[in-house]
Amino acid sequence: MGVPPGFRVRRELMDAERLSRALARIAHQIVERRRDAEGLVLVGVRTRGVPLARRLARLVAEAGAPPPPVGALDITLYRDDLTTVAPQPVLRGTEIPGSIDGRTVVLVDDVLYTGRTVRAALDEIIDFGRPARIKLAVLVDRGHRELPICPDYVGQMITTTRDESVQVLLQEDDGADRVLLLEKAPEGRPRRPAKKKRGRRA
Amino acid sequence: MSGYPHRHLLGIESLEPSEIVAVLDTAEGLREILDRPLKKVPALRGKTVVNLFYEPSTRTRASFEVAEKVLSADSLSIAAAASSVQKGETLLDTAKNLEAMNPDMIVLRHSAAGAAHFLARHCRASIVNAGDGAHEHPTQALLDALTLRQRKGRLKGLRVAIVGDLLHSRVARSNVWLLSKMGAEVVLCAPPTLVPPGIDALAPVTHRIDEAVEGADAVMMLRIQRERMTGAFYPSDREYHVRFGLTEARVKRAKKDVLILHPGPMNRGVEIASEVADGPYSVILDQVTNGVAVRMAVLLLLLGGGGGGES
Repeated sequence: MGVPPGFRVRRELMDAERLSRALARIAHQIVERRRDAEGLVLVGVRTRGVPLARRLARLVAEAGAPPPPVGALDITLYRDDLTTVAPQPVLRGTEIPGSIDGRTVVLVDDVLYTGRTVRAALDEIIDFGRPARIKLAVLVDRGHRELPICPDYVGQMITTTRDESVQVLLQEDDGADRVLLLEKAPEGRPRRPAKKKRGRRA
Repeated sequence: MSGYPHRHLLGIESLEPSEIVAVLDTAEGLREILDRPLKKVPALRGKTVVNLFYEPSTRTRASFEVAEKVLSADSLSIAAAASSVQKGETLLDTAKNLEAMNPDMIVLRHSAAGAAHFLARHCRASIVNAGDGAHEHPTQALLDALTLRQRKGRLKGLRVAIVGDLLHSRVARSNVWLLSKMGAEVVLCAPPTLVPPGIDALAPVTHRIDEAVEGADAVMMLRIQRERMTGAFYPSDREYHVRFGLTEARVKRAKKDVLILHPGPMNRGVEIASEVADGPYSVILDQVTNGVAVRMAVLLLLLGGGGGGES
């Protein structure tokens, strides 16, 4: 996936190594909280949350806990702006592995921003059953919450402005692991002024 | 991203192939909701849909109602037989009065061809054609296409026979348009008395069912519409069955993995033998489930929107 239109890369926030260390840390934290590790279900929010949840499941198993089932959540139909945003919704489907009643569901997403996606995800999860508890794991928390939502497991916190954007690229979908901080490209990109050779003459 | 740029669904004839694919893909994504423990999503909360049915219907109306409920739209159904239509109110007056209650969508079934187009010109609400006379029945064609695509993995290149009462069939017309737009090969078959003029411009017509079924990937049977028949179109049900009924012997002429479709309600022993209707190649009940998914997709695409956006 390339840089979305209207944006350009400001800097790299994570390379492959930092990303995998961040995930390993989250996995260990989950395992350390025994209550979370038992009866654990990892549910990734589509699209980038799903491969992240699969990786976390592997890491959790490697850390000695029973391998947790992994689900995928498509929150499109629970969005609070579904009927106001213009383009056609693309549905990829929700898959919840078995019953979630009484279990610990850890929601996994790539970037936590306004919290509106998480609100939608919570509503959808609860329509599938009554988990003992729901926790939230994110790779990047970039601030600017619009709802009272707080993550339980965070890979990295960064300070951003609302004009910026965070792009998570993953091996599974994009061919490489990287997290980028994007900024708005100046509109109508002014033509680069021809360098005036003043003073120094060739 | 493929788009669905319309406010109404009036027929298949005016749709682009990409728009047909958009409906089918959306329906595919929505079908899973019907298997959930709680079969409801909040997508169309606060939207109002009126189902206005001037003709009897079980499947289509129930299917729209289920689709509306699953997507959390508020809906009400009006059957003309039990409404002010009996007191002489015109379609336009009925629609205008309903519209004064501010519905977001009207789903219309009417015996006159073009009724849905007429409402679309005069109403602010989105109009969905749930069958207009012998003209079109777009959601039926879409659910047939979804059923074929699920089982065969494609529509392009499929050989599809459509057999039966072509004259009175809106299902046939919508299906011919949809299947030919999507690159399938269509053969039509009916007795000469039940072939509408001009339909041979859309697909080849034969009067021999054996010829139509030969090598087919799918056979769509059409209902003999007795309620619309004022003259004598064929001598007897028995004779129709012998000449045009789909029997097991005839199914054998088709491909081994042939699919048998019927939009319902069936006249068993007339256009279709019971052994065929209940046979292993019959996907008639899949069609019903897919009908709900397709109608959910249509509701969502016309009333919804969204997608993309931020985390």
